[in-house]
Amino acid sequence: MNMVRNRAFALVTACCLLLIAGIASPQQASAQNFESALAGFAADSFGDTETAIGAVATSGNPLAVDVINALQEGRLLFNPADKKVYVRTAAGTINDAATGTPAADVKAGDLQTVRLNNRVRRGIDAAVGALTLLSPDAGKRMDAAKAVFKSREAGALKALDVAIAKETEPRVKRALVDARAAVILNTPTASKEENLEAISVIRERGDQEARSLLTNLSADSHDDIKRAAAAGVASIDASLQLWSAAQNMWYGLSLGSVLLLAAIGLAITFGVMGVINMAHGEMVMIGAYVTFAVQEVIRAYNPALFDISLVIAVPLAFLVTGCFGILIERTVIRFLYGRPLETLLATWGLSLIIQQAVRTAYGSSNKDVGSPSWMSGAFELGGLTITYNRLWIVCFTIFVFVALLGVLRLTRLGLEMRAVTQNRTMAASMGIATARIDALTFGLGSGVAGIAGVALSQIDNVSPNLGQSYIIDSFMVVVFGGVGNLWGTLVGAFTLGIANKFLEPYAGAVLGKIAILVLIILFIQKRPRGLFALKGRSVEA
Amino acid sequence: MNTNPIHRRWLLGATAGLALGLAALPAKAQDTIKLGILHSLSGTMAISETTLKDTMLFLIDEQNKKGGLLGKKLEAVVVDPASNWPLFAEKARELISKDKVSAVFGCWTSVSRKSVLPVFKELNSILFYPVQYEGEESERNVFYTGAAPNQQAIPAVDYLAKEEKVQRWVLAGTDYVYPRTTNKILEAYLKSKGVKAEDIMINYTPFGHSDWQTIVADIKKFGSAGKKTAVVSTINGDANVPFYKELGNQGIKAKDIPVVAFSVGEEELAGIDTKPLLGHLAAWNYFESIKTPENDKFIKEWKAFTKNPKRVSNDPMEAHVIGFAMWVKAVEKAGSVDPDKVIDALPGIKAPNLTGGMSEMLSNHHITKPVFIGEVKADGQFDVVWKTSGLVPGDAWSKELPDSKDLVGDWVGKKCGNFSTKTSKCGS
Repeated sequence: MNMVRNRAFALVTACCLLLIAGIASPQQASAQNFESALAGFAADSFGDTETAIGAVATSGNPLAVDVINALQEGRLLFNPADKKVYVRTAAGTINDAATGTPAADVKAGDLQTVRLNNRVRRGIDAAVGALTLLSPDAGKRMDAAKAVFKSREAGALKALDVAIAKETEPRVKRALVDARAAVILNTPTASKEENLEAISVIRERGDQEARSLLTNLSADSHDDIKRAAAAGVASIDASLQLWSAAQNMWYGLSLGSVLLLAAIGLAITFGVMGVINMAHGEMVMIGAYVTFAVQEVIRAYNPALFDISLVIAVPLAFLVTGCFGILIERTVIRFLYGRPLETLLATWGLSLIIQQAVRTAYGSSNKDVGSPSWMSGAFELGGLTITYNRLWIVCFTIFVFVALLGVLRLTRLGLEMRAVTQNRTMAASMGIATARIDALTFGLGSGVAGIAGVALSQIDNVSPNLGQSYIIDSFMVVVFGGVGNLWGTLVGAFTLGIANKFLEPYAGAVLGKIAILVLIILFIQKRPRGLFALKGRSVEA
Repeated sequence: MNTNPIHRRWLLGATAGLALGLAALPAKAQDTIKLGILHSLSGTMAISETTLKDTMLFLIDEQNKKGGLLGKKLEAVVVDPASNWPLFAEKARELISKDKVSAVFGCWTSVSRKSVLPVFKELNSILFYPVQYEGEESERNVFYTGAAPNQQAIPAVDYLAKEEKVQRWVLAGTDYVYPRTTNKILEAYLKSKGVKAEDIMINYTPFGHSDWQTIVADIKKFGSAGKKTAVVSTINGDANVPFYKELGNQGIKAKDIPVVAFSVGEEELAGIDTKPLLGHLAAWNYFESIKTPENDKFIKEWKAFTKNPKRVSNDPMEAHVIGFAMWVKAVEKAGSVDPDKVIDALPGIKAPNLTGGMSEMLSNHHITKPVFIGEVKADGQFDVVWKTSGLVPGDAWSKELPDSKDLVGDWVGKKCGNFSTKTSKCGS
């Protein structure tokens, strides 16, 4: 079924191409053109390949689409000995590119793949764009329209007119009209009226690419055109300005959510329990390695589950790092309560041991943690580009925050935790097993750090050093927000994230970070207990 | 190259000292020639440097199989400077005065090289430095087997301007001496080629930068001004993965805005998903994918030595291969491992590189190298799309910078690392 449709589509395109080129030449001549054009692919030079793409695309041969698709997907082969070109089909058989029929007596070992570079890839896009404007698949038509918009190939104008007349889907039609306008602006022979109309279409589009099209109009165009273009640029600039503020806001939220995610576990171990936990970053790192391990198992046994690998990894990471946290608390930290300096040194040493242990077990290089398909790519929201991975991390952070708040407020464990941290002696006399609660609290904090690691594996390197890069930021957020208060951590993280992102475009990433640090130091001078200071007896305890 | 020094000196020092104490139980002292290996095996740089330690052990093992050198076996003395710059100097001192090594192969970051320099000068020993660096240096005791800027950065920019018709440039780097100097050289070079100041955007980020949203959006904006744009990246290893991920997620493809990187090689690509990188470029003097008999043999033996069929090879490894071969030849020529004699014997020594050429040690202590531009392929290897017609001699002092354009390093005739051709004096 698919084959039939493809072939029919190829025929339609070919007819359309014939129409464009206005060639009424006999089939034979076109076949010869096509064959001589194919020879260019066998020369093993990028320049010849590029010329061949253009020649094949305009040859009008029904096989042109197949050949160019094969080239794009690395399935176009040639024999360096006799310079013949072949197509490897999706099924793995080898066809003669010139005739489209299976090639006999060809050994796959003799053939080389036609190589691509960026210039050739651009040539392919332009050719595919012009060839697939009439594809039955709306997604392909959309891609084709975008490709033509980029290539601005004057030859595609007639095909665009045909496509616009036939198009029924408004979204694709809009893209086709944009592409047509772009082509017209790039055609020196277009009339003044056509140009002005094109400018208004492009002006409405209102994005970066539209702006660059309008600013790059040729200098010798008519004054009216120049004026219209300048007005267009001004209006686009004004709207871009607004969007860029919105974009900074979004970037700030997303950076803030990463900070919050990294710091929220620390808000429990340091904030609630008062343990200066330098090994917190390593818990995050272990969580990321759990994700890696889960993905390895899935890749080996059941690749179909890959898209839900993160969903599996979250509870596992929580369990693993949680147990690890309890182990650390029972073996090291419980002997050091009330001695912050010793805790600091002991956990610091622990962090080095864990790092080196992971390095010995897994090697020092980065581990490949893949992104599931629902976390790759981006979508446009007006002038905003929102990437899916950042969006999911923001959602996930909010989920973790709410869940943690729920645990502290609504469960018996949460109640006991608060009781123990506020007044240990009193809690103990009320029959709470304080030692058990200490271990569980530390385990909870470490477990939350572990699930942060799952999320961070999507945006950062998974290497033994992963934790180091977050430990300072995490302490910064907790101290700034106010020790012992989850809401403080939330507000602190988002404030720092947004402030950082609004500073960055002006000050640069390096100075921006320094500025934030200076601001925090000044703030802490004024309010030593952070944004949300805990009041009451617990502070002195 | 370089990375952030997190000072954990005393702790690391104690651990490393203990490890060294165990490792350096000396064998029969007079029977062997000792070679020092000074690469970080822990800390942030372990990711890149561990491989180089393994490479040196492999080369020494191979040489011993051939019967050693001057009738003696070679012996490797491995120390771990733990990505800690001051510790590099301490370990170098230990290698030279306590272990009495004949030469040291080591360092990766420029700051670690600068930290050991005074030690090598004072104790008069030899350092082979295998990593591409910013130039502007030529020392009597150091032999630079990695690329100088004119052997990597400048040819890469030429390629982009010629083949990709790039007119607008983003120079993005991590904030430290190598990117800053390289970008200064590139900026001067581009301006000398008629590129206007508004067509160059320079951006620095801190080490391990992971939030690239704003910068990628800026690059996108900068690149949509209608002129073909490319990014020249001197971004340090660890920050690269999130950078390329963000490029991929924001939909910037190599065919729209190509990125040419000077610090991303096979080793760095081994741990990451290469899909978003497809078609992006790297400029090096060696790629694992280059088919020559020498390279095939090296890769085969390297994989057998490490017992890991997936182990990749990369550019700094090849630099050690060349450097080691040159040292062996120089020792044979001098008939001794005495540093003064070997230093004098080294210039003019030729050794085959792995890409089919013959590299030569020059009088400025840099070597001749071919330059390749490769495109990232789906399997994490590079497809060579361009190369220089011959070998390029390394310039110690960049011709593009006003401060250094009159300087030459000449340790043969002038016995001077920074001889000024303007004033005909040593020391500019």
